[in-house]
Amino acid sequence: MDAFTTPLLAGTATGALLLIAALGLALTFGQMGVINMAHGEFLMAGAYTAYLTQQVVTNADLSILVALPVAFVVAGLLGLLLEVAIISWMYRRPLDTLLVTVGVSLLLQQLAKDVFGAQGDPVRTPGWLEGNVDVFGYHWPYRQMFTILLALLALAGLGALLKYTAYGRRIRATVQNRDLAETMGVSTRAVDRVTFFVGSGLAGIGGVAVALISGTNPNLGTTYIISAFLVVVAGGLGQLRGTVIAAFAVGIVTAFLTDWLSSSMAQVLTFALVVIFLQARPQGLFTVRTRGLA
Amino acid sequence: MFPTRARLVTGTVLALTAALGLSACGGSKSGESSAAESCVDTSGDTIKLGFLNSTSGAMAISEQTVRDSLGLAAEEINVSGGILGKKIEPVVEDGASDPAVFAEKIEKLLTGDCVAAVFGGWTSASRKAMLPVVEADDGLLFYPVQYEGLEASKNIYYTGATTNQQIIPAMDFLKSKGVKTLFLAGSDYVFPRTANKIIKQYAAELGIEIVGEEYVPLDDDDWTTQVAKIVAAKPDFVFNTINGSSNVGFIKAYYEQGLTAKTTPIISVSIAEEEAPAMGKDVTGQFAAWNYFESVDSPTNAAFIKAFQDKYGADRPTSDPMEAAYTSLYLYKALVEKADSFDVAKINAAADGVSFNAPEGTVTIDGENHHIAKTALIGQINADNQFDVVWSSDAPIEPDPFLKGYDWWDPSKE
Repeated sequence: MDAFTTPLLAGTATGALLLIAALGLALTFGQMGVINMAHGEFLMAGAYTAYLTQQVVTNADLSILVALPVAFVVAGLLGLLLEVAIISWMYRRPLDTLLVTVGVSLLLQQLAKDVFGAQGDPVRTPGWLEGNVDVFGYHWPYRQMFTILLALLALAGLGALLKYTAYGRRIRATVQNRDLAETMGVSTRAVDRVTFFVGSGLAGIGGVAVALISGTNPNLGTTYIISAFLVVVAGGLGQLRGTVIAAFAVGIVTAFLTDWLSSSMAQVLTFALVVIFLQARPQGLFTVRTRGLA
Repeated sequence: MFPTRARLVTGTVLALTAALGLSACGGSKSGESSAAESCVDTSGDTIKLGFLNSTSGAMAISEQTVRDSLGLAAEEINVSGGILGKKIEPVVEDGASDPAVFAEKIEKLLTGDCVAAVFGGWTSASRKAMLPVVEADDGLLFYPVQYEGLEASKNIYYTGATTNQQIIPAMDFLKSKGVKTLFLAGSDYVFPRTANKIIKQYAAELGIEIVGEEYVPLDDDDWTTQVAKIVAAKPDFVFNTINGSSNVGFIKAYYEQGLTAKTTPIISVSIAEEEAPAMGKDVTGQFAAWNYFESVDSPTNAAFIKAFQDKYGADRPTSDPMEAAYTSLYLYKALVEKADSFDVAKINAAADGVSFNAPEGTVTIDGENHHIAKTALIGQINADNQFDVVWSSDAPIEPDPFLKGYDWWDPSKE
């Protein structure tokens, strides 16, 4: 086994997963100043959607492909519900959204436990994702390549939405100056809702990828939410470019530290490194030039 | 030396507690050394027993199965006339998967509800949290789960396996299979760390080489990097002390990296009948070490399974901790009846040699360390996610929580 290949490839896959999870967080924080601690539960919702889809679409080869758009919509709608019912009442109060969404997160976890049971359910890997390619002695699983592909597609989709669509223009306008956008006739409320839907939907897609690693379980979201926040903060709040780089950096650094030391020590050191990094660059990798967070 | 130190500490705590208790009460009535005045009411025709399991939180799924089998045992004992003629009146509490809540609730059960004994706990953390309380109140706790050993309290009866009844037999089994190299994979907390320390010392004794050792935090599900190390190390066998849902990620990564039960079999100490079907992969052919399997072929076990499924549903599997909890209530009944009293001191005095014909086979209490002699079994998972017994110890193994009978064991050595 190549001491360099394994952590690099495995870390890139972890980074890809963190990226999918962090994109939605970065989007909602950048635009609305919402710290959504329930975002991890949208991942969980995506994983359960993958499980439920497999109950309906029994062809395992097909079910994951069906699960992806369904998970996007399910998690998206869940996010929309959260936005309309709770978050819209407390915009520009980041601390309040943090506290409230922690509550929502616990609520959703318990709900999943009551509906699906605490044990977790298996999600079958489709045949075409079984197996691996030998890269310098590391059996690189197709599943990890698939996760990376998903992250790139999510990123490209989001990029296209922001760059080429009318909604994208409105989102960018809202991020840069909410009041001015409002005066120019942009319904920032509608924009917020679309953003929340898209951001949560992306987490749903991430959830399908997670389900392929570990199946479902009600606590699945909590495993990823802290790392995803770490990525968002290290990347620079509201900066997609920073989020992308930070996600892969955190994934790969953690993988190398895991390889050299141990899994627990790697987590500790990664967090320590980010804290040190933020001492030097409190704004993260890239500085935010908007007034959205003021 | 850890056991000595542990005993010293326990002794000191006991002495202090006793001193505090005595000074608070102004001396106990009788000449007995009981630290707290018992408030157990034995005048009526019922006797209160506390069932303290997590019915919420992360451990709920496991502990609910224990709660159910305690319920079954209580019902059966009541139908057959109760304990010393008194019907069991369960007082149920939720430990909420939180050690602090366990400590709080056992205090409430013992001093508020005045139960005669408490049954429950699962994680070592919950047991460690309850230990000082049950000692200070001089109550009784029956703990039903296999654990890492190195503990003995006169106020706790341990009805699951200690390491010399599960870990060491598993190693003997590997030796008998001609295993030369072993890889250790575990969750990062007390049980796997302690178990692996014992495994490493015994492996040195058996001439088995440990070719790798990996730990992943309890909540972490991605095992690909660690499994890649297993692929590279090419061990004959993997010893798995991973807990809970993290096993799913481990098993998936395992098969994904091209390992199977044929190339590199796994022996686990926490995958049971409940867990095997949830792995998302076919785990047929893998091994597990326990003292009980649903497949144990005996009339007592058949009756236990039938009674359990009649009460809770035909789809419910039975497992080792459930059987140990069920057995613990019957052992309590036998203890009380031998002592002819619900008094803790009298029960402890009568404890040695008390036995019960359990679903796993006959179990017998060791009066000195309060553990029970159990037969060790190795099962291999079949296509129905049941375990075929492929190896068993010749007879019930005497419990030895501090491994005093094993001269290769040096607790001060890593």
